[in-house]
Amino acid sequence: MLAFDLFEPYGFEFFQRGIIVATIAGALCGLLGVFVVLRGMSYIGHGLSHAVFGGAAASAVIGINFFIGAGIWGIISGVLIARVARRRVLGADAAIGVVTTASFALGLALMNRYGQASKSIEAVLFGSVLGVKVADIVAVSLVAIFALAVIVVWYRKLLFSTFDPDVAQVSGVNVSVVEVVLLSLLSLTILVTMRVIGTLLISALLVIPAAAARMTTNSFSKLLWISPLIGAITCFVGMNLSYHLDTSASATIILLDALVFIVVYTVAGTRNRMKMASLGHV
Amino acid sequence: MPMSNESLINCEHVSCTYGNAAVLDDVYMQVNRGEFVGVVGPSGSGKTTLLKAILGTHPVAHGSITMQPKLTLGYVPQVETVDWYFPVTVEEVIVMTRSKSTWWPRITPSERKAVRDVLDRLGIGEVANRHIRELSGGQQQRVFLARAMFCNPDILIMDEPTSGVDVRTRHEVLHLLADLHADGLTILLTTHDLNGLAAHLPRLVCLNKRVIADGNPREVLTPSVLESTYGAPMEVLEHGGMPLVIDHGRVPMRGEGK
Repeated sequence: MLAFDLFEPYGFEFFQRGIIVATIAGALCGLLGVFVVLRGMSYIGHGLSHAVFGGAAASAVIGINFFIGAGIWGIISGVLIARVARRRVLGADAAIGVVTTASFALGLALMNRYGQASKSIEAVLFGSVLGVKVADIVAVSLVAIFALAVIVVWYRKLLFSTFDPDVAQVSGVNVSVVEVVLLSLLSLTILVTMRVIGTLLISALLVIPAAAARMTTNSFSKLLWISPLIGAITCFVGMNLSYHLDTSASATIILLDALVFIVVYTVAGTRNRMKMASLGHV
Repeated sequence: MPMSNESLINCEHVSCTYGNAAVLDDVYMQVNRGEFVGVVGPSGSGKTTLLKAILGTHPVAHGSITMQPKLTLGYVPQVETVDWYFPVTVEEVIVMTRSKSTWWPRITPSERKAVRDVLDRLGIGEVANRHIRELSGGQQQRVFLARAMFCNPDILIMDEPTSGVDVRTRHEVLHLLADLHADGLTILLTTHDLNGLAAHLPRLVCLNKRVIADGNPREVLTPSVLESTYGAPMEVLEHGGMPLVIDHGRVPMRGEGK
């Protein structure tokens, strides 16, 4: 492939906007994904993305701004999940299943009844770089800055409530507020990235970079920059590959993330076995 | 450590429920400054719920728990509930208790020194930079004790500190707690371990939804109290000047006695 071919997609404005949003989204999902993975909430990204889809459909039908409607919907869904899960009669997985699938079903029903269903649904479900606007770049950048600020200022509270919520509560950390803020950040992230990545695949971007990063380090603070780095790089490279291979951008990004995970898993597994063997455990 | 009549925690008519099921019923208990109190009872007797009610993480259905104003609690959960694969070092675990007082994400030099001091006091100064999975059983228990001690508590509250640990670790924990108590710390703990831990404590509370008995081990560890508490017959012998509880529920194994 000639060098100038590599830069060919950058001649298109839609691609420039798409790759900026995707790279920031990758870093943002990688950052929040650390908490998703360590809290054992991997299914929540999947669930919330479905819930936000319901909000997006309702916004379109009612005729209000997509970001406002779907954002409020997503945050309410996150809070509902946290509340239902805390009652302990149902686990978090059941709470996510109930709240988000109902929301998703409502979204589908609304779009079937009132919307130009198939095209819009496909765009929301699988994402599209063609529809990315400058407003999307602004929105994803603002959410990324906000998420970073929250994580820096609340670093200790987030770490404590993730590691040991009961003792954090006893030590004066309002664990419920921390959880609601985290779920709200997740909802906002899904909201501003769903147009590019799509609701069905965004959960992978919340889980795979963080899971791969977890195998490279035992340090929480290092995890918070390795995971966003993996997310950003795979999104950037995935976008370029998708143009040249003529494949879906979101599918290419997720496949690239999966490849990174497999490589890290294999290398980390071999390294651990060698370490154990050197200690005489095997 | 001389005890005082200064009440730190006072439970009056305390009842707690899980749904409709009563877990604690009309519990009275007072913990004074300088005391070392063990709460014993069978599984499901409400030991952990009582601690959670005191800590404020489980609601009190009836009655009241009053604490001395500005009382600082140091809580050590069961180490079996800890995620040992979580990516944190010993140092990071210990400074977590300062989460409310500062937003600065990095550990400051003064915090690092304070961590070193508390670890040295507990005899594990060398483990500060280790990942928590790289610790022995005794070190794990000491690290979580260090985290509770880091906020200079008025009272240390521990849930089953010797649960799941070997005999050597149990001895280490017991000696450590005795030293801390001798230095003036008030301690309240729950335990299943009647002979290994409870019999060594100055005061025991036998709990089975309500308080069955409260006093020193010689007064409390009697066959009648133990049967009321555990619902099974037990014999109490004297060994080395201390009560030794014998469980009569032992089933002979196949081939035994041939």
